[in-house]
Amino acid sequence: LIERVKMPEMNAMKRVCYQDREVNLGLDVQSAVREAQRCMDCVNPTCMEGCPVSINIPKFIKNIERGEFLEAAKTLKETSALPAVCGRVCPQEKQCEANCFYTLKLKKTPVAIGYLERFAADYERESGQASIPETAPKNGIKVAAIGSGPASLAFAGDMIKLGYDVTVFEALHEIGGVLKYGIPEFRLPNKIVDVELDNLEKMGVRFERNFIVGRTASFDDLKAEGYQAFFVASGAGLPRFMNIPGENYNGILSSNEYLTRVNLMNAADDSFDTPVLKGKNVAVVGGGNTAMDSVRTAKRLGADRAMIIYRRSREEMPARVEEIHHAEEEGIEFINLTNPIEYFSDENGRVKSMKVQRMELAEADASGRRRPVVIEGSEYEIPVDVVVVAIGVSPNPLVPSELPQLKVSRWGTIDVDSETMQSSMPELFAGGDIVRGGATVILAMGDGRRAAAGMHQYLSEQNAALANAGQANTSQAKN
Amino acid sequence: MNEIINVESFSENVVKLVVKAPRIARSRKPGHFIILRIDEKGERIPLTIAAADEKAGTITLVAQKVGVTSKRLCEMKPGDSILDLVGPLGKATHIEKVGTVLACGGGVGVAPLLPIVEGFKKAGNRVVTILAARSKDLIILEDEIRKWSDEVIVMTDDGSHGRKGLVTAGAEEVIKREKVDECVAIGPAVMMKFTSLLTQKYNIPTQASLNAIMVDGTGMCGACRVSVGGQTKFTCVDGPEFDAEKIDFDELILRLGGYKAEEKEAFERFMQTVTI
Ligand SMILES: Cc1cc2nc3c(=O)[nH]c(=O)nc-3n(C[C@H](O)[C@H](O)[C@H](O)COP(=O)(O)OP(=O)(O)OC[C@H]3O[C@@H](n4cnc5c(N)ncnc54)[C@H](O)[C@@H]3O)c2cc1C
Ligand SMILES: Cc1cc2nc3c(=O)[nH]c(=O)nc-3n(C[C@H](O)[C@H](O)[C@H](O)COP(=O)(O)OP(=O)(O)OC[C@H]3O[C@@H](n4cnc5c(N)ncnc54)[C@H](O)[C@@H]3O)c2cc1C
Ligand code: SF4
Ligand code: SF4
Ligand code: FES
Repeated sequence: LIERVKMPEMNAMKRVCYQDREVNLGLDVQSAVREAQRCMDCVNPTCMEGCPVSINIPKFIKNIERGEFLEAAKTLKETSALPAVCGRVCPQEKQCEANCFYTLKLKKTPVAIGYLERFAADYERESGQASIPETAPKNGIKVAAIGSGPASLAFAGDMIKLGYDVTVFEALHEIGGVLKYGIPEFRLPNKIVDVELDNLEKMGVRFERNFIVGRTASFDDLKAEGYQAFFVASGAGLPRFMNIPGENYNGILSSNEYLTRVNLMNAADDSFDTPVLKGKNVAVVGGGNTAMDSVRTAKRLGADRAMIIYRRSREEMPARVEEIHHAEEEGIEFINLTNPIEYFSDENGRVKSMKVQRMELAEADASGRRRPVVIEGSEYEIPVDVVVVAIGVSPNPLVPSELPQLKVSRWGTIDVDSETMQSSMPELFAGGDIVRGGATVILAMGDGRRAAAGMHQYLSEQNAALANAGQANTSQAKN
Repeated sequence: MNEIINVESFSENVVKLVVKAPRIARSRKPGHFIILRIDEKGERIPLTIAAADEKAGTITLVAQKVGVTSKRLCEMKPGDSILDLVGPLGKATHIEKVGTVLACGGGVGVAPLLPIVEGFKKAGNRVVTILAARSKDLIILEDEIRKWSDEVIVMTDDGSHGRKGLVTAGAEEVIKREKVDECVAIGPAVMMKFTSLLTQKYNIPTQASLNAIMVDGTGMCGACRVSVGGQTKFTCVDGPEFDAEKIDFDELILRLGGYKAEEKEAFERFMQTVTI
């Protein structure tokens, strides 16, 4: 039996010196083909059930095995708008690879579906032979996407192919949403996202940066300009804090602020004006992808101690397994089963230490998760000069607050029909994190595609009805 | 994009810029601000929309030189353009007819105060405005403020223009003289803190407009958080104006110094590139 391929990586001691060098180097042709041979082309490919967009996994992998790499990329693109991104950032171990025959039946390491997906997409991009998909003749109908994260990009790609006139509005000065301002270069290089953006632009998608829908112009303004329907994918951008004493001291910031300064504003590069705090003892609170990205960024900015403070244990960490593993290799300290309760500052209001409390895991509750409970009397202090709070985000309230008639849940997510992604306002569709709360890139993309299909059907019916009414009118006029 | 139409300098350190931004000119209200980034390598900084001309499609910004970005803004010329400009941001000022409004502006805080003074006047209030600064050449927009105020009192620390003394001296005089129904204070954090302490003594509801450090301005980063009534608020989306009585000014003052060392370094780097 062939062993699962190992991803070549940049050496840990070397890579922590670079904020902008990708850790995973990608498979070469030989190892990709060999890994592809492991796939047994199952009659009932359970892996596909694990993929939220049901990529035809055996088909693309067998293309790789035959050396038809461009065909493999084409197969991926039938269902995924951003395979080079998903191959890198999907939590494969919980999705496709968790449902591979090897995992389920053979109790062996699964086929490296994610690595192969990345391989095929990178191969196509680097070959310079990426095909620009054909688009239907223009139908002249204007639609808008709000936000430029993965949900909107997937939506825009599908709508432009159907012949619509698509504009993507983005509040920030860069297109890409979390792919640009959140996920660091060492995990997802911007140039990979930029290629996809270029393709969309070539297909005719328009991008309006520095434009906040609801503020720069209202929905009514845009309707007056001819937009017939909207796809809201404004993300879950609102950072949560713990509301514990001292949390507003200098040096304590949200992961969004920390990562935005470094990724969007290039603060780590001295030739850019935006500053970032470079701590010696940096604590990152949380255990998700955002926490891992922050703590590894801190290490790269020169921290002596870069620590994760997480209230559960490693097993419960929501971050991708690979990121936790990379963080360990890079010398990140994991202080698990520990929770901050208070911060202390120096005379200038700069944080100097955090008081934490040890936790233990109680029996699993109804949700099946083991609940962390406080160990009384276990408090102690950790010296810190930068703290990054990465305990989660809430839905961005900008759009719902502009539309009082829009139905939202009590968590502030937009309510939609799960098939068509249509909201309580018929001309308004929504998807991605604004509908799901914090989720994943692939789920956001899937939503974008479903919304495109839903909106296309809605607009076709609307415009057909209009045309009929128009015909009825003209025939009446004749009589 | 975002072309600079007109530049006027009020003093060596304060400049007024008229910038083309038709959409923002149409949708802005008093109290709103924008965030701009001069070029690829620039920082995003917030500036209040001091005025707007919907027909010409322009907005007016007033910037005071304090660091790299504001210094570069002060050196811009008509025909130059600003790479990124987004807005209008923040909540608009709540303006209604209350009777007599006391408006206090310190230094460059007079810029954001101007549209608010105009708004209150147009809503039918009596408006008394106090303009305060260290010295004569730091008093800005005096004519524009006079246009919308029933009375203007100028206070300077050194007595070089108007009367000698702090903003609070002028304010207390008005409060003792006539019934004031509402107060608005905009300026350096210390100035707003003491104005607020004064008006609290007389039970006058007071709004202060906070100049927290910001990055995105859309509620995404939390850099701009302040404590108001014991709760954490984001200045960019929940403010910038808050009930002054409830603001933790001491925390704000500390937070404004949060990046001092880094900003100083950036400024020195910038000055080096300029002299070469
Ligand atoms: C640091 C970090 C690491 C992550 N790592 C992973 C990972 O490894 N794997 C994974 O699958 N997922 C990961 N995620 C989650 C994933 O990135 C998100 O689920 C996904 O990006 C959501 O996409 P979206 O299209 O809904 O919106 P977003 O990507 O959040 O984009 C929304 C955009 O809308 C803009 N916007 C908001 N309001 C307006 C408005 N009114 N007008 C105009 N524009 C507006 C915002 O500025 C933003 O750019 C990570 C998230 C973070 C923060
Ligand atoms: C809602 C809002 C509206 C504003 N309106 C105006 C305006 O109309 N005109 C104007 O001149 N300024 C205004 N400001 C302040 C302005 O944004 C800052 O002066 C600017 O960000 C400084 O950037 P810089 O790069 O020039 O200086 P930096 O190099 O970033 O900072 C230089 C020094 O200024 C201090 N500083 C940094 N940020 C701020 C800040 N936000 N407020 C006060 N001090 C700061 C720091 O202590 C630092 O030492 C406003 C701020 C806010 C939040
Ligand atoms: S998109 Fe994600 S879940 Fe689907 S096959 Fe690719 S890596 Fe697996
Ligand atoms: S389940 Fe595994 S082995 Fe079977 S087709 Fe899918 S990837 Fe290949
Ligand atoms: S400036 Fe980022 S949340 Fe206010």
